[in-house]
Amino acid sequence: MSGDGFSRRQFVTAGGAALVSGLAGCSGGGDGDGTDAGATTDTMSSDGTVTLGVLEDQSGNFALVGSPKHKASLLAIEEINNDGGIMGNQIEYYDPDPQSDNQRYQELTRRMIQQREVDALWAGYSSATREAIRPIIDQNDQLYFYTTQYEGGVCDKNVFAVGPTARQQLGAVLPYLVEEYGPKIYTIAADYNFGQLSADWVKVLADENDAEVVDEEFIPLSNSQFGSTINNIQEADPDFVMSMLVGANHTSFYEQKASSGLEVPIGTSTAMAQGYEHLRLDPPAMANIYAGVNYMEEIPTERNTSDGGFVDRYYEMWPDAPYLNEEAENNYFSIYMYKKAVEQAGTFEQPEVREALESGITYEAPEAPEGESIALDGATHHVDHHMWVMRADDQHNVEALDDQVIEEQFLSNTVGCDLTSEDEETQYTPQDYFEEAG
Amino acid sequence: MVNGVNLLFQFLDNFAFIVLAAAGLAIIFGIMGVINLAHGEFIMVGAYATTLANIRYGLPLIVAVPVAMFVTALFGLVVERTIISGAAPNWLWKYVRMGLAGGLGRLAALDAVPGRVAGGLEAAAERLPEQPLVEPLYDRLADSMVATWGLSLILVQGVRIWFGNSLDQVGTPVVPFVGETVSPGEIPVLNLIVTNSEFSYSAYRVSLAVIALGVLAVVYVLFTKTDFGMRARATIQDEDTARALGVDTGRTYMATFAIGSALAGLTGALYAPTITMVPDMGTGFLVESFVAVVVGGPSVVLGTTMAGGFLGAISATVTNLMGSTFYGRIALLLTAIVLIRFLPSGISGFVRTIRERRQEAT
Repeated sequence: MSGDGFSRRQFVTAGGAALVSGLAGCSGGGDGDGTDAGATTDTMSSDGTVTLGVLEDQSGNFALVGSPKHKASLLAIEEINNDGGIMGNQIEYYDPDPQSDNQRYQELTRRMIQQREVDALWAGYSSATREAIRPIIDQNDQLYFYTTQYEGGVCDKNVFAVGPTARQQLGAVLPYLVEEYGPKIYTIAADYNFGQLSADWVKVLADENDAEVVDEEFIPLSNSQFGSTINNIQEADPDFVMSMLVGANHTSFYEQKASSGLEVPIGTSTAMAQGYEHLRLDPPAMANIYAGVNYMEEIPTERNTSDGGFVDRYYEMWPDAPYLNEEAENNYFSIYMYKKAVEQAGTFEQPEVREALESGITYEAPEAPEGESIALDGATHHVDHHMWVMRADDQHNVEALDDQVIEEQFLSNTVGCDLTSEDEETQYTPQDYFEEAG
Repeated sequence: MVNGVNLLFQFLDNFAFIVLAAAGLAIIFGIMGVINLAHGEFIMVGAYATTLANIRYGLPLIVAVPVAMFVTALFGLVVERTIISGAAPNWLWKYVRMGLAGGLGRLAALDAVPGRVAGGLEAAAERLPEQPLVEPLYDRLADSMVATWGLSLILVQGVRIWFGNSLDQVGTPVVPFVGETVSPGEIPVLNLIVTNSEFSYSAYRVSLAVIALGVLAVVYVLFTKTDFGMRARATIQDEDTARALGVDTGRTYMATFAIGSALAGLTGALYAPTITMVPDMGTGFLVESFVAVVVGGPSVVLGTTMAGGFLGAISATVTNLMGSTFYGRIALLLTAIVLIRFLPSGISGFVRTIRERRQEAT
């Protein structure tokens, strides 16, 4: 909308209106109480609204996994608004479509901060997107929630990375598979920062669990033919495979390995929970695949699957939605965490809200069983998630095998990131700290 | 470690993929001089048609494949008439122009219209663009690229809006091999035990290599042994003479485009069970198909076969040696660069030059 041509008449009208409202502002300071004619979107949130920015992909490469995030965000906002808003203020939101395009993300992030002056921003699916907009976030000290599961290590005063990290996800599923099948691991991962760092984490975790990575293969994102990869796995004959494949092209791997008769168990942090492959592919493509996740639609908690639970409410609002994925829940609970923090701080001012978030907010998220909640760790801006091991059988029914709380460990224990005492804007990688990861 | 049987199967897999990806593109490029950048999206149309026919309408895969070919051919026909040849818009414009000119003329003749305005109206009626409004894109390489690239963008986003971000996928079909029993629900695989480690291959994927050879044979017969083939070749060699001798070149182009589209549809249909159904799935075929056409050169059958064989062998060998598809990809593209440098008209162009030289010598 911005940047459109302005006709001379529009200009005069707008200028006149601005002049009039300016005068009104001077004279009528005392009686301004919601009776403003709404000519401008007031952003200081003092007159009945709080403004959130939701930049999630509704089209383009990440649309499949991004649109559930968008939908669940709107669900949380609608629920909060129906319930009286945040401290009596209705939430207003802006949700333009970034179209899976990082350049557009940068433009929209600037627009959200500078024109819309959002009180908090949720944005981005991939790590590449996050890194593309993080400098803008930091320049403007914008309160920002990144909710996708990711490689971990972001220690940034403005960023709340509330999705599970690779160490949390792999830490749920890898020890389980070592116990179940044995210590020989073959890693296949997408060939970019997320896949490379996740593969490093597999090595670190293998070392901690007395297992061994026999070989690893990195696969370009454009590749959709897996004949030789399948043969390589057969040649190495591992006890199980760890798969950190990403995107639509890589999904072809599962069908191709099934039709080639490769029957090795596969542990993953990426399949099923994000792109619901167990529903999209014909069985038995995903048989014997174990996902380490904090959330999937099938997680058997009271809050999630009971009548009127999270799943019910989501499909009531979005009857045609195909799936409710891991990151959708992360958007959902983090909007509620934001609400709690604002209420605790008693203001929408971002430094105060950040401080409240750092005080250790907890929330009864759908991923946690009845009576438990998940906690935001103030020092690292990460969440101690309730992690699940989910397995698909040869009919693609998903069952929960194991669940436990896994804390963010890398930043808190290894790096020693403490954002409550020191402001940082860094991403740490496992190579810097672990010999095995090199 | 290079393993002979492993290498053979990877070669067959690559050969099938390259030949099937390139066949439709090679025909349209070789005969019409149109670079169809929407080729990947034609494959996507075939794959989507197969999947929808199978999942929504319950047709078995063996029926869904010809249906998809037909749908894609029909789609190709529409594209050819509207965008490539421009016949449909031209036909439409003929009547629109007549109506507009008549309307303007009548308006000018009205008493209420002052003379100056009437003159203007008449001049406008005369200035309406002449027909044909749209020039055909035949043999306009750069123009055809821009037009079909635009088409591919429209198709990808259109399918996304219409069918959503992904479709459920058809399972890989059961291909029983001689001497192998198939229990229901089980996926048969061609199990081969090599040395002391076991490899297995999808029988379906292996059978695609056979289908690829079949496609090449059919295309060969079609273009060398039939009347249509003779007309098509006459049209490539000398369009004016062919037309003077009574060949309807417009119709030949139309049929050629439909056949090329049908082959793209077949490729999409055959790979639909093995590749994720997303609107931009066509891009996965684009690199292989263009490299094969460039490397293959002007002769459709000879070029595609040799490109498929040559590139398939290089890709399979390098992948096998280095143990990663990543290097196979690099080798494929490097080969293309080297070949274009030294054999600018591709392998089949090189073969033709050698043959001509030999004929001159004798």
